[in-house]
Amino acid sequence: MLHLSVAVDQPSAYDAASYVALARLAERGGLDFVTLDDSFARPGPDALAVLSRVAPATTRIGLVPTVTTTHTEPFHVQAAVATLDWVSRGRAGWRLDVSTTEGEARLFGRRHAAVADALWQEAGEVADVAAKLWDSWEDDAEIRDVPTGRFIDRDKLHHVDFRGTSFSVKGPSIVPRPPQGHPVRVVDATDGQARRTAARYADVALVRAVSAGQAAAVREELRSQAAESGRDPDALRVLASLLVDLCAGEHAAEPGHGGGGPRPSPQGPLYRGGPVDLAELIATWHGQGIVDGFHLTPAEPLRDLERLVNGTVALLQHRGLFRTFYPGSTLREHLGLSRPANQYAVTKGTS
Amino acid sequence: MSRRQMHLAAHFPGVNNTTVWADPESKSQIEFSSFEHLARTAERGLFDFFFLAEGLRLREHKGRIHDLDVVGRPESITVLSALAAVTERLGLAATVNATFNEPFELARRFATLDHLSGGRAAWNVVTSSDAFTGENFRRGGYLDRADRYTRAAEFLDTARELWDSWTPDGIPRPFAHRGRHFDIAGEFTLPRPPQGHPVVIQAGDSDEGREFAASAADVVFSRRSSLEDGRAFYADVKRRLAKYGRAPGDLKIMPGVGVVLGDTAAEAQERAAEIRRQQTSPQTALLTLEQIWGVDLSSYDPDGPLPDIDPVVDPALTQGRTRRGDTVAIAEKWRALSREKGLSIRQTVIEAGGRQFFIGTPEAVATELEQFVRYEAADGFILVPHLTPGGLDEFVDRVVPLLQERGAFRTEYRGSTLRSHLGLPEPVRN
Ligand SMILES: Cc1cc2nc3c(=O)[nH]c(=O)nc-3n(C[C@@H](O)[C@H](O)[C@H](O)COP(=O)(O)O)c2cc1C
Repeated sequence: MLHLSVAVDQPSAYDAASYVALARLAERGGLDFVTLDDSFARPGPDALAVLSRVAPATTRIGLVPTVTTTHTEPFHVQAAVATLDWVSRGRAGWRLDVSTTEGEARLFGRRHAAVADALWQEAGEVADVAAKLWDSWEDDAEIRDVPTGRFIDRDKLHHVDFRGTSFSVKGPSIVPRPPQGHPVRVVDATDGQARRTAARYADVALVRAVSAGQAAAVREELRSQAAESGRDPDALRVLASLLVDLCAGEHAAEPGHGGGGPRPSPQGPLYRGGPVDLAELIATWHGQGIVDGFHLTPAEPLRDLERLVNGTVALLQHRGLFRTFYPGSTLREHLGLSRPANQYAVTKGTS
Repeated sequence: MSRRQMHLAAHFPGVNNTTVWADPESKSQIEFSSFEHLARTAERGLFDFFFLAEGLRLREHKGRIHDLDVVGRPESITVLSALAAVTERLGLAATVNATFNEPFELARRFATLDHLSGGRAAWNVVTSSDAFTGENFRRGGYLDRADRYTRAAEFLDTARELWDSWTPDGIPRPFAHRGRHFDIAGEFTLPRPPQGHPVVIQAGDSDEGREFAASAADVVFSRRSSLEDGRAFYADVKRRLAKYGRAPGDLKIMPGVGVVLGDTAAEAQERAAEIRRQQTSPQTALLTLEQIWGVDLSSYDPDGPLPDIDPVVDPALTQGRTRRGDTVAIAEKWRALSREKGLSIRQTVIEAGGRQFFIGTPEAVATELEQFVRYEAADGFILVPHLTPGGLDEFVDRVVPLLQERGAFRTEYRGSTLRSHLGLPEPVRN
């Protein structure tokens, strides 16, 4: 199954309307999810709140905000992501990121900047404690048992008693287990320690690769690292991340570029060409098992997303390579990922 | 004569024993549809705002998670962001603790909510916290009670500096704050919010709390039950405003109230009694008593007499709930009440702990609400319904029209921001 997702980032957009418009467009194309990047160090609204505002204005598309794990409180972050899952009825994701600059550290004044490796290690701990907190309520903890006057069965609530290298959390969460069990965790796995964190904790790994060979190699490495940490590698989706500039009409207009792959650019691998060529690239990489899908960042948000949905996606659908409707309603279902078992629930046979 | 119109807001009935969760009409406390129904009803009633409480650690009693009331709720700012999509004018108020958050991040989240909702955000700044709650956070439980309001005040000042930091034409300006609690610098990530500053609510009762409200809040969420208490509280808080160069109208006092309606006064009283019984199950009655007596009372009969032993102080017995005052005095008072009226444990808890209710026919309730405002016991009310999600329906259908007929409540939203509903001035830029 081919998985497609897009970024709905826009410079200087602070109101809801433009984000809603882009997410609806992506939903019309049947894409798996939209992402909204975030950082404390550049202009822009809080991504999680924006996608929460988008949730009631859409019905199926997955919503994946970036939330940094560096200066934030793990307890608040997991509660907010779980709540996004509740308000979207099972469509929440969370793109984990770290804040490496001294500039970001100064906005909080609590600790100095640290090297990326250490911060990605911490991000792994945050991912771990978040999953524990999402599981800290068993699914059937709410009982409303009138004769005994109990709203919940407290034996189905669990302290997580987490001790990490830089924080600890007692638990349980204040938010009951979200509809997806665990909202979908997304990590950009291009670099060193981030890749190890992705292999261990992510449901979706993004890879910025300029060639098919490079993408395939990273995917293989992610899969084997996932297996080493005791996971089923088939429960990890690897998507190629590309910046796409579709200004060039139906086909590649750049001389010498025709049909070619992405090129390196300061912002990351850039694909420039027409929607039809892009469909060709997607079909080829996916068909050859190089990646499970793509995460595309339109260079010109509205224009390129329109071309992507009406051109590239329509063509892939026409060729039977991409869904024409959402068969499920949760982001996990779009991604073909099962709902995780609760790590605290005692297995009670088959019932 | 032009009448001062009252303000109305609604509370989502969450974690406490207000919600009668056993009622067949009571639906999910967590599904978005419940929040949506209540918020839409509040907006249909032209309410000023919709209010969410917060608790950052599940309460525990005798070392175990409290299981008798509603437990669990979503994270407020996220829910309110989603509610911004399904409402147009209603203010959206989140309770968020100033101890377990950082000014840059929280100022940004509230500024985002204000932008996304077109100027409808409000922040109820609370300071209630202890080491027990702190165990969920990086920061831990380090903050002394006395320091909480100084941190909250500096927190709010810092947030206001951040909200004001962009130029009027939308250019980020560098920002720096150095104080006792915060030493931070950089650039804020959003233009000034549509309201200038989101509306600030305060809900603490101590002297420090009142002072903080007078110096910095736009609304006080109070807990005054009788007209007399309400008047005293109102006068005290309003009197404090002058010190900060503020006028009485700059701060709205809105007690949290329960309302029970009936077609006759007797029917309303009967319904209210039944609701109180449902809110105070035999188990809840014993637990309430244990919180005061500080010991295990599980061998007592809730339908029997109160214990004749005196309370002991055991701070570890109940965690995550605001402490009661002098427990020996409370016990004495309750025993006297029980003796005088011949009440059992459960009956005493219901009688003494009964939440404030405006009880009666819609006409009578409307009149009482008006009186509270006329006699300066309140500028408005925060309704605390006992049912999710239908608990506001009856009030909006039956009482709001009466208030409107009498000129005591608005008949349309004039502006689109929460500040405009509350008649608050646009905050001056720093
Ligand atoms: C009506 C009312 C509602 C409150 N709601 C909350 C709440 O939702 N969350 C919370 O942490 N504290 C809540 N509090 C308590 C805090 O606002 C307050 O910080 C605490 O009582 C300590 O301050 P104080 O010593 O001034 O009372 C509430 C208080 C009142 C009076």
